[in-house]
Amino acid sequence: MIVAPDASAIRVTKLVKSFGPDRRIADGLDLAVARGEAVSIIGANGAGKSTLLRLLVGLVPPDDGEVHLLGAPVTRLKGRALAASRARVGFVFQKHNLVSRLSALSNVLHGVQARRAGPRTWHQALARREDREEAMACLDAVGLADLARQRVDSLSGGQSQRVAVARMLMQRPELVLADEPDASLDPRAGAEVMGLLARLSREKGLTLVFVSHHMAHAVAFADRVVGLAGGRVALDERAATSDPDRLAAFFDEPPPAPGDAVSASLPLQRIGAAS
Amino acid sequence: MSLATSPTTRRPPERFERPGALRFLLYAGLVAFVVWGFSGSGLSAEKLVRGLPSLGSMLERMFRPSLDRIDRILESLLVTFQMAIAGCALGLVLSLPLAILATDGLSPHPVVRGLARGLIAFFRTVPDLVWALVFVIAVGLGPAAGVLAIMVDTIGFAGRFFAEAMEETDKGPREALSAMGARRMGVIFSAVVPDAMPSFVATSLFCLEKATRSSVVLGLVGAGGIGVELKVAFDLFDYDTAATIILVVFALVVLVEQAGAVLRRRII
Repeated sequence: MIVAPDASAIRVTKLVKSFGPDRRIADGLDLAVARGEAVSIIGANGAGKSTLLRLLVGLVPPDDGEVHLLGAPVTRLKGRALAASRARVGFVFQKHNLVSRLSALSNVLHGVQARRAGPRTWHQALARREDREEAMACLDAVGLADLARQRVDSLSGGQSQRVAVARMLMQRPELVLADEPDASLDPRAGAEVMGLLARLSREKGLTLVFVSHHMAHAVAFADRVVGLAGGRVALDERAATSDPDRLAAFFDEPPPAPGDAVSASLPLQRIGAAS
Repeated sequence: MSLATSPTTRRPPERFERPGALRFLLYAGLVAFVVWGFSGSGLSAEKLVRGLPSLGSMLERMFRPSLDRIDRILESLLVTFQMAIAGCALGLVLSLPLAILATDGLSPHPVVRGLARGLIAFFRTVPDLVWALVFVIAVGLGPAAGVLAIMVDTIGFAGRFFAEAMEETDKGPREALSAMGARRMGVIFSAVVPDAMPSFVATSLFCLEKATRSSVVLGLVGAGGIGVELKVAFDLFDYDTAATIILVVFALVVLVEQAGAVLRRRII
């Protein structure tokens, strides 16, 4: 594996990605995230936040440009090598993406597939003793040890998202990407999940990059706020000096990316002030 | 004042649209198609009328069903059901890997997927009776040929429905596992198979019902089970024994279907 000279967790260089001529979601995008940093990504619907996260782990291939993830050139990797670099990245989705008919414990256990394959990683009943114990510890870390045997489709939205966080922990990642983990939850559960994710990442020294439409979350749970518009980074500031109300204005008048006509025609929609 | 909406001068549209020339031709073609089908059947009112008395005399001789050979009949009914279970079980076990190869998104390569789909379609389109004839030649007369015929027939049926069930599963968990670097087998057996399980069970129960029905007929070509008894009874004009066989077969099929329906309702 080629190790990049810098020690950044994420280094995106001149990334280009479009879905057809009308949906250009990255247009020479540059972004660097230091190890251990917590970064929130904001932007209007269609600004390419979710796609950016997928581009980072190679779930979506870019048209051009490079992505280095923990030193590995993701955009140039394939097959096993790509899987190996993905294994170091924990991904939390907007919808928890758990296997609904399996227990919470089995779902958490699946995280072990980041480092090992085989039937003993498919279901908690088949799992090795040490893996079951680790999965149980991960469930405990998100406060759901009591619900280990419950089927996921019997859990609430907030509980499910916490199981997804536990699965991510089981993976033992170095970097966490979270795509609107607070979006499909009520305000309280959303804040709880975001808080949990931020706290666990800080405690374990993980790099955290998350997308949120809640400006208060974007400021409270990150060190740095990055705004996307017109396929580029249009805003980049310290969260400590950021203000949720002022950030909301970003959605009214995104700074136009230089030499880019698309940003002007993007259907930007005003989202309410932070909840 | 009336609640009715005040009348308008605008008339409602015609009840039926006047068919265009092309559509009219299509209708005419459809009628011709059905008539053409009957022209080859040799079926006529005269034949039906003349056939009624012989049908009547057969029914008369069937009544009352003879219980003389009930031991032997029940024994071969049991063998028939065993054939169905064994053939079905073998078929279902072999269906899963073939279905995975035939599933969009799980198959390793489009060519493999095409081949797997083609094989499943071939197994399904060739009738079970033909498979029975083939296997009677291969392994000789008796239940073994029936088991193999049912196995192939089950693969043709379950392979298709297993693949469809897996294609319809939630893409989210698959993406989550792929995102963490899980292998293809891990994704399939951790996310896809558990998600498709209710559908797998329902399909398997259908297969057992179908296998039970076809296992009865397979005996007619010498592939074991109660079909042989039925054929012998008819050949010897032993209609009261034939009536007993038909009734016990009917009872078995209804029993399996009802049990299957109950189980399916509880699972889904």
